[in-house]
Amino acid sequence: MKLFRTTLIAAAILGFSTASYAEDAKPLKVGLMLPATGTFAALGTAIENGFKLYTKEQGDKLGGRPIEFIKVDDESDPAKATDNVNKLIKGDNVDVLVGTVHSGVAMAMAKAAKESGTILIVPNAGAQAVTGPMCAPNIFRSSFSNWQPGYAMGEVVAQKGHKKVVTITWKYAAGDESVQGFKDGFTKSGGEVIKELNLPFPNVEFQALLTEIAALKPDAVYTFFAGGGAVKFVKDYKAAGLKDSIPLYGAGFLTDGTLEAQGGDGEGLLTTLHYAENLDNAKDKTFRTAYNEAYKMQPDVYAVQGYDAAQILKVGLDAVQGDVSKKAEFAAAVEAAKFDSPRGEFTLSKAHNPIQDMYLREAKGKENPVVSVATKALADPAKGCSMN
Amino acid sequence: MDLSIFLIQCLNSLQYGLLLFLVAMGLTLIFGIMGVINLAHGSFYMIGAYMAYALSPIVANAFGGGFFSVLVVGLVLAVILGYFLEWAFFSFLYDRDHLQQVLMTYGLILVFEELRSLLVGDDVHGVQPPDFLAGVIPLGDVMTYPVYRLFISAVCLLLALGMYYIFTRTRLGMMIRAGSTNREMVQSLGIDIKLLYRIVFAAGVALAAFAGMISAPVSTVYPGMGSQVLIICFVVVVIGGIGSIRGAFLAAMLIGFVDTFGKVLLPEAAGVLVYVLMALILLWKPDGLFKTS
Repeated sequence: MKLFRTTLIAAAILGFSTASYAEDAKPLKVGLMLPATGTFAALGTAIENGFKLYTKEQGDKLGGRPIEFIKVDDESDPAKATDNVNKLIKGDNVDVLVGTVHSGVAMAMAKAAKESGTILIVPNAGAQAVTGPMCAPNIFRSSFSNWQPGYAMGEVVAQKGHKKVVTITWKYAAGDESVQGFKDGFTKSGGEVIKELNLPFPNVEFQALLTEIAALKPDAVYTFFAGGGAVKFVKDYKAAGLKDSIPLYGAGFLTDGTLEAQGGDGEGLLTTLHYAENLDNAKDKTFRTAYNEAYKMQPDVYAVQGYDAAQILKVGLDAVQGDVSKKAEFAAAVEAAKFDSPRGEFTLSKAHNPIQDMYLREAKGKENPVVSVATKALADPAKGCSMN
Repeated sequence: MDLSIFLIQCLNSLQYGLLLFLVAMGLTLIFGIMGVINLAHGSFYMIGAYMAYALSPIVANAFGGGFFSVLVVGLVLAVILGYFLEWAFFSFLYDRDHLQQVLMTYGLILVFEELRSLLVGDDVHGVQPPDFLAGVIPLGDVMTYPVYRLFISAVCLLLALGMYYIFTRTRLGMMIRAGSTNREMVQSLGIDIKLLYRIVFAAGVALAAFAGMISAPVSTVYPGMGSQVLIICFVVVVIGGIGSIRGAFLAAMLIGFVDTFGKVLLPEAAGVLVYVLMALILLWKPDGLFKTS
């Protein structure tokens, strides 16, 4: 029996090695630089799951080459980002970089990718600069820019007839860009932002600013918060008695993955994002079923972004038959492609940021089902991008 | 800013100051009075908050109790943890220099973060306050104020008074203060300083965890929450004067006011105001507001 088992294992190994030999293709080295620890660890896992779900659907091969993953935990620490990304580019000689969640880390990755020419696909970080001043033929984003959900919400809030709005967010790039998007969408439609409230990141003592909102008595409030800050803000907003008197609107991260922790205080909140539950498209339904089967949990927007990062990679690699040195052909194929994403179909702009529908969602229980399409095929203005 | 808004902001300041003092109290004990640089203070706070979240279903099953039974169980566990940590690690550190204390307590942060990730995951969680404290009271027609925040303030005041009394008016407090000045002398007087310090350390850990548990309903529970409170706690202890409970209390209130009004009146500088305050106070009084010994 033992002999049988040994033979079986040996045969399996032999078979496996000859199988990969038979392809006669060098494995494609994909550097996954995602957070595995720290505040964003859960997001990193979702992105990796989504990415691997797609490569598995493709038979663990992209562009005719088997895939070898090299993982680095970026710890969402911008201070370590340059070292980490250089380790992947120069040490491991990766063909493709995928990462990351934190915008500061993503900026360091974009800088390194721009210098070395390595293909980079950003599966979350919404910093506008990635597809703005830092844009490059070899840098792509499968997620969104911070500006996009803000702009869509600006239009929605104006349509609801609100005239004077106060914004509140953390004083950092993501918050600033989201608020700027909101202002662009809202003032274009005749609204006025009477005050922009800020607090230093990641401070979560909102009480002083909530009192300020109560004193200003605006028609509505727009906010960008995520994670623990989003949970606390929504709870504090309700406890301060403001939820019923001054409607709260936000970028989707306010209620994404946070509703359970908000314990019902988030019920009914309207947010905008490029993904929602109960989307009426077949791709999303098969994606959700497959994801649930593979990982025994429901996918979120981060999983979709990971999945689509792999889709972008496949389209590019197919066009160059797995030869990543043909950058121009790779980029041309990706720019021309239409991506069949669980979020709905999208294309990439010249600056390589998704041109996508923004959904208006209403928080119900633990989900954010779609209410309507807030803005169709919205493109980031991509200020400062030389490819525009 | 009209009068009613001004008064509400004062209430916000007071309430935030008290919360800060509550959170910094454990550090006052371990860093201020025992003199051990304890970077793991934030982790103890986080452990408390996660206990408030994770223990509640377990406690509800075993004792059928609510929030307060969770508090009691959490406190007991925190005391045990503190006692163990002192026995296993900290007792070797009293005579070492500060760098080694920094290294070890930093290592503890990493260990606790990883354990947290393994045991309860990386999601954000909310904790509900007990029902009878879940309400709000109206403040004029402007806004409402959660009762639970006022409850925290009251608890904090009680703890502050209790701690002040123990350290300045009782024999136990006297022994602890004496021990921080000269261990050998206290030992030669026939006091079991090792046991005494083990107990004080356990109390410090329990206080930090207690702060985490009791503020969990307002602060929410999320990865990395400990590192957020750590720095501000050190600021409180340093401004107040190392080892002074009165000083820490005053410092916390001062920071509460500066931070609250800073956010409203000088939003551009809100992130640095507290540290400017610390720099100014240390320039004026290099040992903090109340210097002991």
